[in-house]
Amino acid sequence: MRGRPLLFTTYQADAAILPTTTKKVLMFLFMALAITLPLQLVPGFRWLGQNEWLVILGQALIFAVGALGLNILTGLAGQVSLGHAFFMGVGGYTAVILGGEQTTSLVGYGLPMWIWLPAAGIVAALVGMLVAPTAVRVRGLYLAFVTIGLVFVGDHIFRNVRNVSGGPSIGREWPPLEFRLWKEEQALISFETDGPWLGIDLSSQAKKYLFLVLLVVIFALAHKNIARTRLGRAFAAVRDRDIAAEVMGVNEVRYKALAFAVSSFFAGVAGALLASYFGSRIPEAWDLLLSVQFIAIILIGGAGTTAGAIMGSFFVVMVPRLVQNLTRWMSDLTDGQGPLSSLANFILSTGPTDFGLVGTSAIGPGLSVFQLNLVLYGLLIVIFLIFEPLGLFGVWLRVRNYWKGWPFTY
Amino acid sequence: MNPGEVVAQTTTFTPIEQFLNALINGVALGAVYALLALGFVIIFKATQVVNFAHGALAAVGAFLVASFATVLNIPGRFMPSAPAWLRWSLSAVCALGAAALVGLLVERVFIRPMVGEPLFSVAIITIGADIIIRTINDDFVGQGARSLGDPWGINVVQLGNLRINQTQLVTVGVSIICFLLVAWFFRSRLGVAMRATAFDQEAAQAQGINVGRIFAIAWAIGATLAAVAGIFSSLAPRANGVSNTTAFVVFRAFPAVIIGGLDSVIGAVVAGFLVGIAEIVIATYTSSYANVVGVGFGSVVPYLLMLIFLLFRPYGLFGTQEIRRV
Repeated sequence: MRGRPLLFTTYQADAAILPTTTKKVLMFLFMALAITLPLQLVPGFRWLGQNEWLVILGQALIFAVGALGLNILTGLAGQVSLGHAFFMGVGGYTAVILGGEQTTSLVGYGLPMWIWLPAAGIVAALVGMLVAPTAVRVRGLYLAFVTIGLVFVGDHIFRNVRNVSGGPSIGREWPPLEFRLWKEEQALISFETDGPWLGIDLSSQAKKYLFLVLLVVIFALAHKNIARTRLGRAFAAVRDRDIAAEVMGVNEVRYKALAFAVSSFFAGVAGALLASYFGSRIPEAWDLLLSVQFIAIILIGGAGTTAGAIMGSFFVVMVPRLVQNLTRWMSDLTDGQGPLSSLANFILSTGPTDFGLVGTSAIGPGLSVFQLNLVLYGLLIVIFLIFEPLGLFGVWLRVRNYWKGWPFTY
Repeated sequence: MNPGEVVAQTTTFTPIEQFLNALINGVALGAVYALLALGFVIIFKATQVVNFAHGALAAVGAFLVASFATVLNIPGRFMPSAPAWLRWSLSAVCALGAAALVGLLVERVFIRPMVGEPLFSVAIITIGADIIIRTINDDFVGQGARSLGDPWGINVVQLGNLRINQTQLVTVGVSIICFLLVAWFFRSRLGVAMRATAFDQEAAQAQGINVGRIFAIAWAIGATLAAVAGIFSSLAPRANGVSNTTAFVVFRAFPAVIIGGLDSVIGAVVAGFLVGIAEIVIATYTSSYANVVGVGFGSVVPYLLMLIFLLFRPYGLFGTQEIRRV
């Protein structure tokens, strides 16, 4: 590296998002990779450009939006909130009321996406501001319990407003992601069909993926800017010592309300996107497990950091799929010979009489693949918290510092 | 009328009887909540850990009783001539011992490595532990409900127009015994050591108390109480056995913990009964207004109570006010 890249001579340079040349170059390359992924140009990453992986990447991107929101609330402002699923549900149902189809039993106004997507965020933010005063009244882990209560109250409400949510276990359809000007027949830009965009042939999953990449870039920029300006510093003050912050002039009520509002905006948009991406959702889907997933994402990724939230969401969404592929590969191995095959035979159980820790058939001993995912997920939380409290971001810091100081060990 | 006969409810209640019926059901449910809240508060007071895995421990306890009483038949296979309730009770006691061991295991594996870490991280680790334990337990329990093999089943005691399930009487009786045992424990030497640890860990250590052992005992007691609560929440009339949803009863007991105060043992018991009675009574009286408050409003009542209580008393009824210094 030429010169001294960490010598900053102006405030702007110090607070910049990409302060050094290395970071600028790497970010450019990374964005180029992310955008051209569906075209499968880069060797080594071609498998990610296939449709089935683009769907998973799309889901990870939506989770990244939600995780960035929770990161602002829990990582930056220090308010422990297990109620993220509730705000996502509020956003999702606002989106479906404004954008969904009107039928005999369901409410929907059929408005275009540029209305329902921001509205989902705004309504969720308003609900977040209503919840915020309780965060001032109760602190710390008491707030965690209050937000758990919020999720259950929300679950009850969603299950009972049948003309909005469709009723328990039934659910309803969400409006698809597409651009219309105002309720026309033919969408201006549609993500539903395979077809050419600017001359390049893309599948519908690729189009949705690119749209989500754009959204994540916008939200990550917003998160980074919140973190490095006055608002972020106020949040950090509230997180570290809220009474001292109040004494210093950081109005506790105002900033906690703002933290909830911003976080719920992100959550509302993420909820609307999630429901629209999957097409339909039952009201029981906005449950405590979804909230815990987001807490796990920001803790695994690294609380308080933008990159951590995004890395965590990719990790948490892709690991189950990788485990599934691993199980499939192992079940192919059971037919062979050798030590690897006997290990595979021990771990997998293929029928009711075969012993195994993981079962590939519906009956018989062993965890199902879904249960294995859950156990792995819990194990990930436990392992990351015990061994690397700073999460994946901490792992990255260790790797980077090792190479920065190489060949010196410290 | 024979005790085992199931008679369709054709009589309607007078208002007093309706209230008494709701009250009795509420007390039985409140006993379950009080047991869960008590176990939770003991763990919190002694080890400062918010244990989100309490539901999983309850489900594991219920499953252990189901195994000991039906499949393994220990110690029933050694005394085939003893009455059914004695055999089942001894099986349950053995299963409670096993549940205490599970609690010890959870403490050693998940909590011990996190000594010195911030409490938020430890709470999240208990969430991870909850997922792991609950999933493995669900795998053992399987789909559907696994009967606990209790000798009371759906038998009822008839008092005029009121029908009290025998299991409800056993629930209240056993929970009172448990509370008395816990009260006696806190007067014993070990209990005083635990109270000292809860008050100030460092000072207790300076006095020569083995704090690590106190942690283990606190978790064992907490897991045992959770197991007892798990047993009684899996019996009729609430459920017909331990299933995948047994663990979720603990989420309705968390409001009882908060209302009573996170660090108050008396508060946990009082608030547990309060929440249970309120839930059933309000559910009974709003069942005809389902189009306003929704179906199943009873299960939301604990949370609404918690939210209302927290507005007026943020530290619960009996919790210690937090004095915060800058």
